Amino acid sequence: MQPIIQVRGLEKTYASGFQALKGIDLDIRRGEIFALLGPNGAGKTTMISIVCGIVRASAGTVTVDGHDIVTDWRAARSLIGLVPQELTTEAFESVWATVSFSRGLFGKPPNPALIERILRDLSLWEKKDSKVIALSGGMKRRVMIAKALSHEPRILFLDEPTAGVDVELRRGMWEMIGRLRESGVTIILTTHYIEEAEEMADTVGVISGGRIILVEKKAALMEQLGQRQLTLQLQSPLPAIPAELSSYPLTLSEDGRKLVYRFDSQHEHTGIATLLRRLGDHGIDFTNLRTEESSLEEIFVSLVRERA
Amino acid sequence: MTAAINLHAIKAIYLFELARTWRTLFQSIAGPVISTSLYFIVFGAAIGSRFTAVEGVSYGAFLVPGLVMMSVLTESVSNASFGIYMPRYSGTIYEVLSAPISAFETVIGYVGAAATKSIILGTLILLTARLFVDFSIAHPFWMVAFLVLTSVTFSLLGFILGIWADGWEKLQIVPLLIVTPLAFLGGSFYSISMLPPFWQKVTLFNPVVYLVSGFRWSFYGTADVPVALSLAMTALFLVICLGVVWWIFRTGYKLKN
Ligand SMILES: Nc1ncnc2c1ncn2[C@@H]1O[C@H](COP(=O)(O)OP(=O)(O)OP(=O)(O)O)[C@@H](O)[C@H]1O
Ligand SMILES: [Mg+2]
Repeated sequence: MQPIIQVRGLEKTYASGFQALKGIDLDIRRGEIFALLGPNGAGKTTMISIVCGIVRASAGTVTVDGHDIVTDWRAARSLIGLVPQELTTEAFESVWATVSFSRGLFGKPPNPALIERILRDLSLWEKKDSKVIALSGGMKRRVMIAKALSHEPRILFLDEPTAGVDVELRRGMWEMIGRLRESGVTIILTTHYIEEAEEMADTVGVISGGRIILVEKKAALMEQLGQRQLTLQLQSPLPAIPAELSSYPLTLSEDGRKLVYRFDSQHEHTGIATLLRRLGDHGIDFTNLRTEESSLEEIFVSLVRERA
Repeated sequence: MTAAINLHAIKAIYLFELARTWRTLFQSIAGPVISTSLYFIVFGAAIGSRFTAVEGVSYGAFLVPGLVMMSVLTESVSNASFGIYMPRYSGTIYEVLSAPISAFETVIGYVGAAATKSIILGTLILLTARLFVDFSIAHPFWMVAFLVLTSVTFSLLGFILGIWADGWEKLQIVPLLIVTPLAFLGGSFYSISMLPPFWQKVTLFNPVVYLVSGFRWSFYGTADVPVALSLAMTALFLVICLGVVWWIFRTGYKLKN
């Protein structure tokens, strides 16, 4: 199936002369949750702003559901909802008015029942008549999400949607994003909370220095790049790793009670069996053992560091 | 499915902007009406009777069209400039830029609301003036036409100003240093035939002269410059403003990176 968003050769050089995007090619599949990860200044917001029509590209093309964002902007934009990174709302308007305004702006007839449902979903219903200026930061963030949802977009960009949102509400938001996906909305989100991507994303893209350095299904990514480790709780502390075992990638904790063995989960022979045998040969006994997979966060950090 | 014109968006912007006026009713409507009324009380009712009639019209009545124009054009500029500067300043402009709405529709929404407000304001000032001075309107149709044209043109000018300004200072300095002096020297208080010949010539470079003259003609049938010229100049000014707005959106000037 044709990707819902197709980015080809996208470049952006700001008026200052700084090149924020250096040739981005990216496909986003219909109906998926795409997490765009990258360090500060990588170009995430710049790319999103171009797709949404806020920033002009210096080169390259973007199509949204087959509509070019420049020549067929009206069709392209009416499919997209954007929750920008910066908290910007009309300070003196009521929550209800500002959310209804967004719906009109995107060319949709009024639908109070829908706005009510969105506000309730975002726990904003009690605040519907409050002025935006009187809300907390996390509430303002949710107002911005409500504004983006008010016009029933098919594609939703969330530029750090959960920054400044408390833990409980963040969970609620994840659930809401999950429900949106079930209803067929494609979601592109950036986040610095990697656990968020790990929890929700179908596909992960990593951008660094204006280039996409990786796009992969999350599951495959975790499998391919993820390392597993085996942690052994030792019966008696070990002063050092025996020289005969130096060929194994082992690390010993400072108190000498914990031995960690890293192995490649893709590899057929993990080497665990022989390692355990050899430990036995050396009289190293253990009370407990467990294996862990590395988190997306560790994968991400090592990736970005590698390419930097 | 996308409509050829985004009427809902125009309506949303228009009503949103009018709601802002409503919220700040005193500052945006009552304020200018009261301050303009002071002129009528002082010059019309109090000392106006000591002045000789200008071109057969009592001084108080002579003042009415000019003062209405002055108020309408300064308020159009400041209101429209504020209307578009505010979202740029606060960042909420992102939403308009990302919405399926054309430049033309955006302008109709913002400028339409600012002009509507000016027309309401002009009408209220006229009604208030009637309490203090006696005046008549010879050509009601042209009176309305000039009022609407001026409101739209100067709201467009304000829109341009609101996009050009990159600070509150610039936003206020243009009305203060350019619009207000031009309005004051635009023949609201005097007929330009009262000026020395040299200043009569200089004055013709002031676009406000044509507006005030044409507007006054619609009341009393007398004018400083031929009414057709007034109309042509107003239309020209309107076209220039439209051209600048068109250029702003085509180039994304100050709106998009
Ligand atoms: N208007 C601008 N003018 C000049 N440079 C800019 C502008 N906006 C962004 N940049 C630069 O472009 C680069 C990418 O910025 P961008 O906001 O896209 O990063 P990001 O990936 O969203 O970062 P963050 O995680 O901090 O939000 C940065 O180096 C930034 O300084
Ligand atoms: Mg960003």
